[in-house]
Amino acid sequence: MIAESMYQELILEHYKHPQGRGLRDPYDAEVHHVNPTCGDEITMRVKVGDGGKVEDVSYDGQGCSISQAAASVLYELTTGSTVEETLAVVEEFTRLMQSRGQIEADEDVLGDAVAFAGVAKFPARVKCALLAWMAYKDAVVRSTE
Amino acid sequence: MNTGFDVERVRKDFPVLSRELPGGRPLVYLDSGNSAQKPTQVIDVMREHLAVHYANVGRAMHVLGSESTEAYEAARDKIAAFVGAPSRDEIVFTKNASEALNLVAYAFGNPMNTDPRFRIEPGDEIVISEMEHHSNIVPWQLLAQRTGVTLRWFSVTDEGRLDLSNLDELVTERTKIVSIAHQSNVLGTVNPVAQVLARARQVGALTMLDGSQSVPHRPVDVAALGVDFLAFTGHKAVGPSGIGVLWARGELLDAMPPFLGGGEMIEAVWMDRSTYAPAPHKFEAGTPPIVEAVGLGAAVDYLSGIGMEAIAEHERELTGYALEALGEIPGLRVIGPQTLEERGGTVSFTLEGIHPHDVGQILDDNFGVAVRVGHHCARPLHLRFGIPATTRASFYLYNTPAEIDALVRGLHHVQKVFA
Repeated sequence: MIAESMYQELILEHYKHPQGRGLRDPYDAEVHHVNPTCGDEITMRVKVGDGGKVEDVSYDGQGCSISQAAASVLYELTTGSTVEETLAVVEEFTRLMQSRGQIEADEDVLGDAVAFAGVAKFPARVKCALLAWMAYKDAVVRSTE
Repeated sequence: MNTGFDVERVRKDFPVLSRELPGGRPLVYLDSGNSAQKPTQVIDVMREHLAVHYANVGRAMHVLGSESTEAYEAARDKIAAFVGAPSRDEIVFTKNASEALNLVAYAFGNPMNTDPRFRIEPGDEIVISEMEHHSNIVPWQLLAQRTGVTLRWFSVTDEGRLDLSNLDELVTERTKIVSIAHQSNVLGTVNPVAQVLARARQVGALTMLDGSQSVPHRPVDVAALGVDFLAFTGHKAVGPSGIGVLWARGELLDAMPPFLGGGEMIEAVWMDRSTYAPAPHKFEAGTPPIVEAVGLGAAVDYLSGIGMEAIAEHERELTGYALEALGEIPGLRVIGPQTLEERGGTVSFTLEGIHPHDVGQILDDNFGVAVRVGHHCARPLHLRFGIPATTRASFYLYNTPAEIDALVRGLHHVQKVFA
């Protein structure tokens, strides 16, 4: 029953009660990303304030529990941190997802996002977990342009 | 009705059905609409051909070449008989149903084809439907982009039937071809071919059926249907992947230009031009999927041995059982006809508040139930119903009511996880 381990309580909680969901103003950049193989999609806005601090990440989208919970966790982890700090999280999360379950997650960097470690064992679902994070990375790059 | 059909005996023919999945789960394979499992009878024929009869077909002047050619052409005979083709030369082997559909679309608006039925002029139209698989949409879109022909389509009713209320406005003197699914790969709906065909005939349009989901599951006779083209694929009919079939009326194949150029499709070649072999070889350039064709021949032998009527009846019973059992699950919505009338054994549904990818993952992992999740290569149909995806269970001759019980148990568990 390996999939049960993918559906961690924390992931299900975020799926049922998403944090920070809904598109808000003001924002510096807005992006729309889709996962064509399963139709998951997300629209994400990022507002970066003085000193490179992420003031708000707002989003809307549809998809499976993994993709939607990932966006909710991302909101919690990024808001209030600096862009630089959040990009380190993006990098570590991407590394974990692409590991096929072969590496130990760095909880100090990832915080709640370690709950997604089980997803890495399901290649078909890795894209679901990464959708919001790739959108975030894209939005941040555009917001600083 | 006693057809002498014995599902337990049938199951013994399919080695995969007795395997265990990791963790000791039994396999519950409800994804035959995607691709069917293979019986020993097909596997053995293919293995034997590879082991002791294999050589290239049509060009080798030795014993193996002649045995291989004989087996390849015998498969053509079997398939012609299986779909009621008036002539074996009307059976063209393709790679799959997609290639068969592309081959036909390529014949329209093609300067090499002077037959007026294939000529495209400004204002001409092609008619498909909103329930088509992408393989019966995209080739026609490509044709429209190449030639400027206008693409139109039948809508789908809330019940999942073809909406024929505007048949006469949709299919007109401007229509060159009507190409629709015989049976929907999502809804299970079996389309009213006779009614559409009658209108197409009246206005002089050709008619094509995508039989990918019908030919494996019910008796299909092209002469009785009266259509002009039929495409289907081998791997959904207990045959191997890599082999598909286009049936077309002989005089149409004669008019149509080659689709792919290469070896064995020619009559004579000069440096600046060629003449072509008669159909079907005109459409079979290069070394074909030899063993796959032989395997498909064995597959139709197998299906005929059991009887297509008996298979259709078995699936009908399963579908009735499934519709009733699924109907009792709260929050479950069947996308497609709720009755057995003009309906095949494909049942797609949504579960309120739970994404199909999560449904499929838990069904597989906890119960060994293999279903398909997503848009099943029919995105426009899902857009029509305002949903991004569905979970699809599709049945075949080897499925049992107990497997539908396993699906239902699995769905209850999925709802518990997401409660």
